[in-house]
Amino acid sequence: MSKLKLGLAQINTVLGDLDANLAQHLVLIQRAREEKTDLLVFPELSLTGYVLQDLTPEVALRPSNDDPVFNQLLQASMELDLVVGFVEAERRHRFYIAAAYLSRGAVVHVHRKVYLPTYGLFDEGRFFAWGDSVRAFETRFGRVGMLICEDFWHASPPYLLWLDGAELLVLISASPGRGLSNAGRLESAHWVERINQAYASLFTVFVAHTNRVGYEDGLNFWGGATVFDPDGALLVRGPDFEPALTFAELDLAQLHRTRARLPLLRDERTNLMSKELARILDSTHLLHDRSEAQ
Amino acid sequence: MAENQDPLAINPELTTRILTGFIRSEVQRAGFERGVIGVSGGVDSALSCLLAAEALGSENVLALTLPYAASSPEATGHAQLVIEKSGVQTKSYDITPMVEPYFEAHPEMDQIRRGNVMARARMIVLYDHSAAFDGLVVGTGNKTELLLGYTTLFGDSASALNPLGDLYKTQVRQLARAIGVPDVIVQKPPSADLWVGQTDEGELGFTYADVDLLLHKLVDQRYSPQACIEAGFDQVFVQNVVERIRQTQYKRVLPPIAKLSNRTVGYDFLYLRDWGT
Repeated sequence: MSKLKLGLAQINTVLGDLDANLAQHLVLIQRAREEKTDLLVFPELSLTGYVLQDLTPEVALRPSNDDPVFNQLLQASMELDLVVGFVEAERRHRFYIAAAYLSRGAVVHVHRKVYLPTYGLFDEGRFFAWGDSVRAFETRFGRVGMLICEDFWHASPPYLLWLDGAELLVLISASPGRGLSNAGRLESAHWVERINQAYASLFTVFVAHTNRVGYEDGLNFWGGATVFDPDGALLVRGPDFEPALTFAELDLAQLHRTRARLPLLRDERTNLMSKELARILDSTHLLHDRSEAQ
Repeated sequence: MAENQDPLAINPELTTRILTGFIRSEVQRAGFERGVIGVSGGVDSALSCLLAAEALGSENVLALTLPYAASSPEATGHAQLVIEKSGVQTKSYDITPMVEPYFEAHPEMDQIRRGNVMARARMIVLYDHSAAFDGLVVGTGNKTELLLGYTTLFGDSASALNPLGDLYKTQVRQLARAIGVPDVIVQKPPSADLWVGQTDEGELGFTYADVDLLLHKLVDQRYSPQACIEAGFDQVFVQNVVERIRQTQYKRVLPPIAKLSNRTVGYDFLYLRDWGT
């Protein structure tokens, strides 16, 4: 398939109310279906809301047909592919911020957020477990990689997904707006859009991002979904602050054209990278991977 | 993006959009449609009132003017300008009969104590009208006041939501000017009007223009006090402000609860107010 119609939902959520949020998902899925959407993407924690704190264990789900929420989403995924954000409870009762890719009634992939911001206004590390893998996966449209908010504030997860063959990065956020100046958008909105464009350009991939809207107490969420193509060109931008369903038509053949012109992936020196990284990790106490530190 | 000439410059449209959305969201999620606001004639309450009117609809906002016998008549006139400009509902109540018997019983009271009693009497009236009007009390405190603790605890600091709490006074003025608060209000010297001739800057001993630049460096940009002095701020001024922030921390937090059980409100019973909405 060389064309992909992508839908980006930027929604407000009801904090801790799975039923209300699921109902909203189903309404938007229906709308996207009517628009002949191939893949519809919801933001981070789209089924639960963001600042969950002590609500975390109460809204945690296991993504399978046995779960009443996922059962309905999997049904809906018979018609179009879906990316939803949720709290995953695994068997040992650890809770992850997760994204599930659903297609034709099956859970194709679950990504557990690997970077949990626990600084400034963020407190994710207090309530959630750290994911420990970054993998691209096959879909009926090609190879896809998913990341959640802080995951792509670090350069390494997008880099890994690129090397793992991702042609489309699906990035989802519940990003609180911050950084007021005399500019027309908040600094956080500028920052996220800039790096989305940078990833598309550096990795010659499609980069789709959606972010929620609304408020939770004093936090605002700015929306502003975007899609950049492998040339780094902006294909579409959703409105700021308002709920919206934004569509983009992706011409997947653009990957071929861009990479024929600009063979950055072909020329990427992964062995050099790996060797130097090993040396750096060996020789310095300054760089510790979290898993080593634990 | 070029660096701002003025580090405190804000985009008025963006700020208005976020703040009106915030007011609407926080009022409605608490189960209300309406807001109540004490309008003094000063720039903070003028801005809050205009934002609340835009967010909730002017018919859903009750502006209360709460003068005391010695209040400046000019302030009352300015409050009237705000009410006319915003088209909100209005009520006036003179707090003199509320507070005067108490003052008479305590003739030794200084201006600070009297001012605090008046601020708290106004809080009582606002919260009573919150019930009577079925609306939430919209606050008017700005970031400068909050950080300096220049506020009466449970008095003017009491509100159900505070749209201006992350804007410095000079930013409040910028936004107020941009959304049409009358110039006479934006330009006059800020005053709590708790006694005749009181001005904020007279009482604080420095100007908002100066302290906002210092607070922006100390708080927002995380400069150390020493780095602020090296950047050109007067040493005594910096020390005074730093100490003032520390001493008034109690005004910015809820009263500490003595922890006894395994799960205690405030420490490990953690939910947003918007929980379930």
